[in-house]
Amino acid sequence: MSSLSASPDPSRIAVKVENLSIIYRTTFERVPTFKNAIVRFGRGERAVSEVSAVDNVSFVVPEGTSLGIIGNNGAGKSTLMRALAGILPPSKGRIEVRGRITPLLALGVGFNNQLSGRENIILGGLASGLSRKEVEAKAELVTDFAGLEEYIDAPMRTYSSGMYSRLAFAVAVNMDPDILMIDEALSAGDATFKTKAAAKMDELRHSARAMFLVTHSLASIKELCNDAIWLHKGKLMMHDTPEKVVTAYQEFVNVGDSAMVLEDL
Amino acid sequence: MKRGRLSVDNTVDKTGAVDDFTPVLHVYEPHKAGIPPLLPYVRELWRRREFANESSKASLRSENTLTVFGQLWMVLNPLLLAGVYMLLVTVLQQKNPGMGFFSRLTAGLFSFYFVSNCMMTGAASIVGGGKLLLNTSFPRLLMPFAAVRTSFFRFLPTIPVYLIFHILAGNPWTIGTLCAFAFFAMLILFGLGIAAFFATIQVYFRDATSFLPYFNRIWLYISPVMWLLDQIPEGLRGFVTVNPLFSLIGGYTQCLVEGKVPALSVWVTGATWSVASLILGSLFFISREREFAVRIA
Repeated sequence: MSSLSASPDPSRIAVKVENLSIIYRTTFERVPTFKNAIVRFGRGERAVSEVSAVDNVSFVVPEGTSLGIIGNNGAGKSTLMRALAGILPPSKGRIEVRGRITPLLALGVGFNNQLSGRENIILGGLASGLSRKEVEAKAELVTDFAGLEEYIDAPMRTYSSGMYSRLAFAVAVNMDPDILMIDEALSAGDATFKTKAAAKMDELRHSARAMFLVTHSLASIKELCNDAIWLHKGKLMMHDTPEKVVTAYQEFVNVGDSAMVLEDL
Repeated sequence: MKRGRLSVDNTVDKTGAVDDFTPVLHVYEPHKAGIPPLLPYVRELWRRREFANESSKASLRSENTLTVFGQLWMVLNPLLLAGVYMLLVTVLQQKNPGMGFFSRLTAGLFSFYFVSNCMMTGAASIVGGGKLLLNTSFPRLLMPFAAVRTSFFRFLPTIPVYLIFHILAGNPWTIGTLCAFAFFAMLILFGLGIAAFFATIQVYFRDATSFLPYFNRIWLYISPVMWLLDQIPEGLRGFVTVNPLFSLIGGYTQCLVEGKVPALSVWVTGATWSVASLILGSLFFISREREFAVRIA
């Protein structure tokens, strides 16, 4: 794929985000139903509320960057990733992405628990636009990497949560993306797998045009990234080196340098 | 730079490979109007058709539709229903309507079941898409279309069953019989639109599945499955002919069972309904599909 053809060149821009705002219009009903809609109509209420998940965020990511994204729960990290992947359209602003993006980590895989792991890999790959031949070759590679040879043809509902996240991680890193996105999944699997995952991440860091890493493990951010942003309630608080951002974030949440947050999850 | 929603800049790729569905430069901007540029959308839809095939195959596999008893059930279910209606008509008319009627009943019922299957599986397609929908960017229309493919494969085993009754009833084999293919093709187009429409509705009203069976039943009774137009009271004829399935299923059974080529008006109405359903259903779906990721979450 093109990740092999072009080595990262820091003078070129991989991702550019300009004044991005994403506003969800969503309902506060747990499950939207026709019955509720009628009841509401009778009361003259409106169920739609607006949530500003990402608020006027701008940043530029040159090629060769590993960008760590940190922030509390609900800071808009995953929303930002989905917007970069083209799943959520921006409400305001503009996103430019140069290169093929992997579907996000926890991704297509596991969307249907009745189907086998292999079927999930194949369907996810086909949906994201790979050809049949590519996808079948990938399925082998992914199975191998995840170490799930025995279970790959069993329905995913029979998987343990570790197997599940190992598979998801394996898919994300083996799809030859130009731009890699990892959404909180270094936690995947046992010690053996973690070592393998770390090695793969390191390799990808050098071959992929850019990498985005969302995680609550501040140590991984320091270790794997050369740039970082900190989001809080949708706003970009800081964009600096990982050390500075992590320090500022720790001061902000007032947790200090405790082992709890630094520990590689 | 020209402000387009999705512009493609292939100069960045050193290999020079032109790749339409993974353009090298993606630009995402807000779009006010609900419908994205249709040409790239349709092209991408076609490129990724393999996904629809595969996901339909996978769901058929997981429902055991491909096993002997699975197929048997696909046949048995509408067949039992045909038996029930046969009994009903016999009781009401107080005479045996005969094999000819039974063969027409099965032909109509099987094709109606295809449409209603499109509606039901289509409705479930997006809501059941979960994580795939949240984490992968692709033309969502593939999902209801996959549901139609699934419905079609559920319909297939009913064909030989009908043919048995066709022979038993001594129905004719003529050029007109072949026209049934054309009408079934229209039913497929119609089903695609219906699946897309109900898939969208289901996202907004999750309880739609509780209404659908009733809607389904009523639709069956107002469709020309158990009756012919001349058995309907004069005053109601205008009402029943508004039903899209009146010309679609009416034309289909006329071809298949009676071996007659339907009148031109039946062709025109049928074709109009099927194309209109496909276009309107799909456009409605496409105009809403970018909200699905938010609504499903």
